[in-house]
Amino acid sequence: MFKILQKQVFSPVIKEFVIEAPRVAKKCQPGQFVILRIHDEGERIPLTIADFDREKGTITIVFQEVGKTTMQLGKMEAGEYIKDFVGPLGEPSHIENFGTVVCVGGGVGIAPVHPIARALKEAGNHVIGIIGSRSKDLLFWEDKMREACSELHVTTDDGSYVRQGFVTDVLKEIVEDRGKENIALVLAIGPQPMMRATCGTTKEYGLKTIVSLNALMVDGTGMCGCCRVSVGGETKFVCVDGPEFDGHQVGWLELARRGAIFKQEEQRAIEHHKCQCGCGGDK
Amino acid sequence: MAENKKPKKQIIPNKNPMPAQDARERARNFNEVALGYSEETAVAEAKRCLDCKKQPCRQGCPVEVDIPAFLKLVAEKDFDGAIKKIKEKNALPAVCGRVCPQESQCESYCTLGKKHEPVGIGRVERFCADWELNKGVTPPPVEASTGKKVAIIGSGPAGLTCAADLAKKGHKVTIFEALHVAGGVLMYGIPEFRLPKNVVQAEVENLKQLGVDIEVNSVVGKATTVDELLEEEGFDAVFIGTGAGLPYFMRIPGENACGVYSANEFLTRTNLMKAYQFPDWDTPIKVGKRVAVIGGGNVAMDAARTALRLGAEESWIVYRRSKEELPARAEEVEHAEEEGVKFDLLRSPVEIFADDNGWVTGMKCIKYELGEPDDSGRRRPVPIEGSEYTMDVDTVVIAIGQGPNPLVPRTTKGLELNRKGNIVADLESGATSKPGVYAGGDVVTGAATVILAMGAGRKAANAIHEYLGGK
Repeated sequence: MFKILQKQVFSPVIKEFVIEAPRVAKKCQPGQFVILRIHDEGERIPLTIADFDREKGTITIVFQEVGKTTMQLGKMEAGEYIKDFVGPLGEPSHIENFGTVVCVGGGVGIAPVHPIARALKEAGNHVIGIIGSRSKDLLFWEDKMREACSELHVTTDDGSYVRQGFVTDVLKEIVEDRGKENIALVLAIGPQPMMRATCGTTKEYGLKTIVSLNALMVDGTGMCGCCRVSVGGETKFVCVDGPEFDGHQVGWLELARRGAIFKQEEQRAIEHHKCQCGCGGDK
Repeated sequence: MAENKKPKKQIIPNKNPMPAQDARERARNFNEVALGYSEETAVAEAKRCLDCKKQPCRQGCPVEVDIPAFLKLVAEKDFDGAIKKIKEKNALPAVCGRVCPQESQCESYCTLGKKHEPVGIGRVERFCADWELNKGVTPPPVEASTGKKVAIIGSGPAGLTCAADLAKKGHKVTIFEALHVAGGVLMYGIPEFRLPKNVVQAEVENLKQLGVDIEVNSVVGKATTVDELLEEEGFDAVFIGTGAGLPYFMRIPGENACGVYSANEFLTRTNLMKAYQFPDWDTPIKVGKRVAVIGGGNVAMDAARTALRLGAEESWIVYRRSKEELPARAEEVEHAEEEGVKFDLLRSPVEIFADDNGWVTGMKCIKYELGEPDDSGRRRPVPIEGSEYTMDVDTVVIAIGQGPNPLVPRTTKGLELNRKGNIVADLESGATSKPGVYAGGDVVTGAATVILAMGAGRKAANAIHEYLGGK
């Protein structure tokens, strides 16, 4: 059992937990993920590690409520326990001094970008951070990202905060402004359409772009192959070969389709959950 | 006994049949297929043993159970004595009684079996184990603590057996399991209808009673490494029993379409995650009307039978050799046929078709004929040119085998691997190229059977005991 030490609510659907998991905290590196299961009948869901504290033995996760499990998770409070919490899984981000790196975080993807940006800056890079969300109330960790990056740019789709525009608009401006030859690498984490759009933008400039994929998984250790994805025409497992890949090589259409395999069942699970506990979906 | 001469035993030529759920009924539920012997039947079956002098059955058991002795005790209705006798050698009798391929092991050597049907050793073993589980298990004696610590990686049949043996010898044993529950393939792979999960968990509980610690959610190779266990965490020896958990795919076009599963995913969702109880359990699975399972082993049979239970109208085994060469146990093939699984033999897919949304709509197959025998001694399947045709299916399960999971081998310094990535280990002792590190089961041999993995766990336990200074 893994104790939730702190809970923070960023918006009605985006929440942060600090979880006691010393074994994971001891070893995890930026870019890796955990799999958790909240109760005995629960499913195993992967979440990218947003922060860690080796001394305190804690892992921070930030998640958006999109399905039954994340909704139930969102209702849990500090002091409660998560049944299973396993990690660190996946390959760590490749960290070295590249020069100038742009780190793009979209929506809840801001969280997993954070430890990578911090590590890249510590490695000597000039880290240009770009974070964006649909609107102001869905934005979080601006302060943490400002600290992790050398400079930070913020945008909202609807213009309710700082400026109006997608992260790709900001990225384009920066590349035009600084010159593509002065940027060594782009890292993008967020919803699939955002990562795909970012890759579209950087491809025009020939800028190498790393993305962190969130595929359906069961075990997360390379055992089931549920998370397979085509990268450069080869089948890879997101859980053990990734989660980070060269975004220009990813078969995005296949990834999106495979991610939607259980869409109907996910809807059914939410409805079943709501009518079972009689809370009208509130608990 | 007073008499000097053994009275000649009456020969009963046929095994007592195993009561089973009706085939048509069971093909739609997940309850256990074979119901188990009653007390009377078990005693009657045990009495069929000729009590022959040579006891050839014993050489057929990879964990060396004293078969004639336990059969004799059952015949005398001393079930407690019988299960104790079995457990001297076998840590998981309720599992072995169900899933061992007895027909190619103990029972294939049975003297009675030369002219008639052999004694149903596995069935009697299962009866004894179930009898004990029902009444409550008394843990076997554990020797005084040796003060030595052993780490076991993986809680499948090899790891569980190795753990039990070492714990009984007084060593402090900790099992590291990557999943959230112990049992390995017994939990995620073998279906409920062949091996009920409460039976597996009962055996795991027995192990805990011997003082074995089980750390679930612990991925060795990620959260810690073999080297760290030895150097930092104070373990004196390590046994690697991580199995064959890496699914092979066919590398044919369309294999990543929606509706194509590896057998591992298909079975893990169903068995470990209980997708057949969705939405009461959270994990879903999607099965169409016509399911093709590619492969002919026990895993393929499990997947094809599972597909029917999940609601498929038709479930096909597609295998590129003929029925003779099916690697699955005869009993599994028979059960699958009884339940309505169909066999499309001497066929193999070359492409999987999908609709505009990426979902499977069919499979292009090619026909095969058998040529000269290959390295395995089986006749080599040769594709027939121009014989391609389309098979109308909406779900495909790939069950062509599994390789060793690379997480542990890749992160352990100085561990010799073979070309396929299996750990190179001495088959008699499990010793690897790294001192203090032993390995056994599928991670060494490639995908094999539960009992062979248990045999390897037993041998490694003996070798580790010796390595730690025991006699």
